[in-house]
Amino acid sequence: MKKLQILGTGCPKCKKLTENAEAAAQALGIEHTIEKVTDINEIMKFGVMMTPALVVDGQVKVVGKVPSPDEIKKMMA
Amino acid sequence: MSAQQSCGCSGGPKLIFACSGAADVGEIADKAARKLNRDGVGRMFCMAGIGGRISGILKTSEAAESILAIDGCPLNCVKAGLEQAGFNTFRHLQLADLGLEKCKSPVTEESVNKVAARAAEMIGS
Repeated sequence: MKKLQILGTGCPKCKKLTENAEAAAQALGIEHTIEKVTDINEIMKFGVMMTPALVVDGQVKVVGKVPSPDEIKKMMA
Repeated sequence: MSAQQSCGCSGGPKLIFACSGAADVGEIADKAARKLNRDGVGRMFCMAGIGGRISGILKTSEAAESILAIDGCPLNCVKAGLEQAGFNTFRHLQLADLGLEKCKSPVTEESVNKVAARAAEMIGS
């Protein structure tokens, strides 16, 4: 079970990242959960100072960008 | 990124890493970085997180608009630490270049301001 977390306060980029992460997980056909982390203080606990950011199983994979579903698939490998 | 609920996707920060070492010059580097952070010149960030390879610190640093490394002494630990973590494009300030010699530079407001002023120039250039 992959745990995906989307760090961001809810702007369009954060929503797009959520969509792309969901698409990547669906394409890979793996069990997963997606959690949106919108509280700035919780976001900063990851050491992240920019959003959106994607966290896979506790590891921050990308910050300040919206990767494509294909790029996210590689990050989930 | 401030603690208020605002979007943090509007551009990378200008990050400042200081050695914050045990010697007088390490303390001056640290205080200068904190002053720059307070003054809004850049954002002080955790050098220990680079050494510890903390993913959030590394990825945020990769997304930074610019990085300034402030080393207190010629051992250049910040510079070496950033390079070992894969960062090669950053500005570097070494306090000896400003005449602040290790173990001979009392931590004063004047010395902190001197370093902060030079660092601000480098960040702005």
